[in-house]
Amino acid sequence: MRRGRFAPSGSAAERGNMAAAAPAARWASAAAAAALLLGCCGAVLAGGIQDQAEQFFKSGHTNNWAVLVCTSRFWFNYRHVANTLSVYRSVKRLGIPDSHIVLMLADDMACNPRNPKPATVFSHKNMELNVYGDDVEVDYRSYEVTVENFLRVLTGRIPPSTPRSKRLLSDDRSNILIYMTGHGGNGFLKFQDSEEITNVELADAFEQMWQKRRYNELLFIIDTCQGASMYERFYSPNIIALASSQVGEDSLSHQPDLGIGVHLMDRYTFYMLEFLEEVHPASQTNMNDLFQVCPKSLCVSTPGHRTDLFQRDPQNVLITDFFGSVRKVEITTETISLDRNLAGFESELPKDVLATEPLKYADQLPVAQIIHQKPKPKDWHPPGGFILGLWALIIMVFFKTYGIKHMKHIF
Amino acid sequence: CRAWLLAPTHAMSCARPQPAVGLLGGWGRSVASSFSRFANAWRPESRPQSCDWLHKRGPEPHPGVPAERSRGRRAALSFAAIAVLLGLPLWWKTTETYRAALPYGDIAALGRLPFQVAVSVSVVFLPGSVPADLPRRLPYGDVREERVPVSCKSPAVCTARPPRALLMDLSSSEADAALHALQDSPPGSLTVYVVPEASSLLPQGVNVYVGKHRSALVRAGQGLAILHARLQQLLQVVSLTASSIAAALSDRVPDGQLGPDAWRHLKSSLGYEITFSLLNPDPKSHDVDWDIEGAVNHYVQPVLDKLSLVANFSVDSQILYYAVLGVTPRFDKESSSFILSAHSLPHVINPVEARLGSSAASLYPVLNFLLYVPERSHSPLYIQDKDGAPVATNAFHSPRWGGIMIYNVEVPASPQTSLPLHVDVDMLRVMEVFLAQLRLLFGISREELPPEFLVESPGNEGLADWELDRLLWAHALENIATVSTTLTSLAQLLDQISNIVIKDDVASEVYRAVAAAQDAVAELAEGHLHSAFQASKEAVTSSERAFFDPSLLHLLYFPDDQKFAIYIPLFLPMAVPILLSLAKMLREARQNKKEPTKMD
Repeated sequence: MRRGRFAPSGSAAERGNMAAAAPAARWASAAAAAALLLGCCGAVLAGGIQDQAEQFFKSGHTNNWAVLVCTSRFWFNYRHVANTLSVYRSVKRLGIPDSHIVLMLADDMACNPRNPKPATVFSHKNMELNVYGDDVEVDYRSYEVTVENFLRVLTGRIPPSTPRSKRLLSDDRSNILIYMTGHGGNGFLKFQDSEEITNVELADAFEQMWQKRRYNELLFIIDTCQGASMYERFYSPNIIALASSQVGEDSLSHQPDLGIGVHLMDRYTFYMLEFLEEVHPASQTNMNDLFQVCPKSLCVSTPGHRTDLFQRDPQNVLITDFFGSVRKVEITTETISLDRNLAGFESELPKDVLATEPLKYADQLPVAQIIHQKPKPKDWHPPGGFILGLWALIIMVFFKTYGIKHMKHIF
Repeated sequence: CRAWLLAPTHAMSCARPQPAVGLLGGWGRSVASSFSRFANAWRPESRPQSCDWLHKRGPEPHPGVPAERSRGRRAALSFAAIAVLLGLPLWWKTTETYRAALPYGDIAALGRLPFQVAVSVSVVFLPGSVPADLPRRLPYGDVREERVPVSCKSPAVCTARPPRALLMDLSSSEADAALHALQDSPPGSLTVYVVPEASSLLPQGVNVYVGKHRSALVRAGQGLAILHARLQQLLQVVSLTASSIAAALSDRVPDGQLGPDAWRHLKSSLGYEITFSLLNPDPKSHDVDWDIEGAVNHYVQPVLDKLSLVANFSVDSQILYYAVLGVTPRFDKESSSFILSAHSLPHVINPVEARLGSSAASLYPVLNFLLYVPERSHSPLYIQDKDGAPVATNAFHSPRWGGIMIYNVEVPASPQTSLPLHVDVDMLRVMEVFLAQLRLLFGISREELPPEFLVESPGNEGLADWELDRLLWAHALENIATVSTTLTSLAQLLDQISNIVIKDDVASEVYRAVAAAQDAVAELAEGHLHSAFQASKEAVTSSERAFFDPSLLHLLYFPDDQKFAIYIPLFLPMAVPILLSLAKMLREARQNKKEPTKMD
């Protein structure tokens, strides 16, 4: 397993990166204690180790993206939409802006006519937490959530007319969180009750993303029945995968709310949401805590994870590396000197010439033409298959019954 | 009467009934016989004279005549032959995914190509500065090669080749501008003027002076060795270095060799969007006015004009009210000011970012420059670095995102001034910081200079010519590396997944990308930076268009059992009679072999 990237420790001092303050502090205190005991120049030693520790724990990403997909429709699959919205809420709270989140919801639960509390999607019974919130931005909604659109978002092969909010504009330094939920089986995930995505397709899509360096590291979380089958075919590097249940097991839902009448959340995501509510942008919780988030006693199914494709040790991966958006910053120490008195350069680019003639609408609907149109003579098509089959059947039955000698009376 | 389903070789005469051989089974035979009866009735001229067999309702007599059987056998064989020789290939060809031809060989060669980068450096000796121990008479050319191991597959060779070192009689012009006017140097080249040791052109203690344009002054040392060392140092600073090449080709460099710079700089792109935002969290106290348009025209536009070779830039600006930073600053009693410490800076940007509204119209990377005027209750606000010292510029930046500067409003002398205070932002100070951040984001930074170097500041232009050259080198190399990675991964993808269709226009884009990339490599080897960069940009555009064409989506993942399920209902009804008749023929042939005497 290759080690993560190191930066030379000498230049760390010049940067203001202090994302991993707590482990650095632990290192520093341990080293200082040792120094006191030994009576060496402990301060220098502590400083060096602190810098190295910082660099070691860091991932090489500069931005974060999230792709959150709910694949099932109909009112009784309320819990899948609630799952996705609760992850969306956590991700937004920890800092990822809407422009970097692609949210795909296959059905609209908040404004569903069967929702007794319109404009809300609850995740706890007794309606404690409304995950729909005030500013949800759904990018792909209802029938736009298809396998094709999902794969297009991942691989980037999107038609040119797609708006920016519907694209995954990640680069080679993006950490991407992909969360999928819905109904699944051994090796597939059902989309919209009519099609499915297989684990081979998903693995191929991730490989295409890797080939084009569309991600730095990928965290894939899936909350469906037999979810572990979806990640067993991955073969691209830098992927951590978590699933809510193993092959052969079902992922169970958490609790129904008698007021709303459906199950509100799935167990795995419910406990994951509880865990994420404790996380804040500066916290140091790591991936190992996330792996432990739902033990079998609470979840009934056995959550699984896969880290063999990942380069760093999950112990060193912060939750905020994927769920939040902690930027790397550097203090600006240099300036350039500008001369105020220099006359402004005239821009060499030509200025736009304002249109001087008044604008008018084109004749969009030629009403007069439509009213006075003659009906177009339709092309004649020979009778189709059904009519031909029907007549063939009738003729065959007739001749079988009456014999062929009656032909001469007809023709 | 032959059943007229088979193309009859002779006219329909009513001879002995010869139903179609084995091809049609029992049911088929009755249908065939009924059709033959139909045919009989239909053609009056072929009405049989003694067609009492017509009314027989039993099974047709087994054809005992060998001729008939052989005809039947031939018929069955011909069916099987047509199905296999004509039908199968036709089906295979028509259900193949369309793939226009791609230049796989060229793509593989591009992936392996060790490209050469030639930088031409001219060394001009001023009178009195020629070192005594010059090995050869001037003028001569020298080639200095530097091999940069990029990956085990593709080493890149950097050749610094000073083509001429000649003795020129120059006037005593001191300004670098005059030197520039004397000699027009093409982009990518460097001219080094060696001055005598005692010359006063260079200030005391300075041995190397790098100008705004593509020339430098070097003081001659005691011998050639010192001169070489100084030239080496100069080239490290001014021209391509191993680390900048490695950073540009970061995709293909194994992880251990990458420095931290590799992911700090903006990736090469066709265009960039620059957004200037003024954040005013406290409009009740501060009425902030900034002349952004004037500042952009005065200060930013010259820099962008110079950078227009590199990419297209578009600039916009906005003012956001009630936009608060994500961190509450701490009050520091000693300086009676508010402090933002270095470790809280990463969390400052996030709440603001959601409100910045990255441009919805274009797909280019966005650079955000934010000017934050702190609230009256949190003024003055300073940024502290790791050591606790306040930062002079009061600004910080985030790689590949942009920069933030905090602009403190002077507290008015008299506390009775009415709110809101009118603030006129000093755009010069602000733009100095923003343009410096812009340079850092692009990777044009003054790295650690050796002590005896003096680099002239580029002034209002923002960046020196040689800095622009370095940027162009880096971007050109990065573009070529991107093209080769994209095309090789496309070829690999086509290998792995057999259901991807390659349309003609995608194929033509690939050809164009390959041709442009080969052009770019050739130009780099010559040292023509400008044309190499243009060719590399073209190559990147074409290759991206080919790779991200929406038609390439491999939605057609068919597992094998689905393929069976589709084709069996189509082929089985046709294949079963053919196979059965062939089997019957084989059985008869084997029977004949066993008992040849029976056929008499």
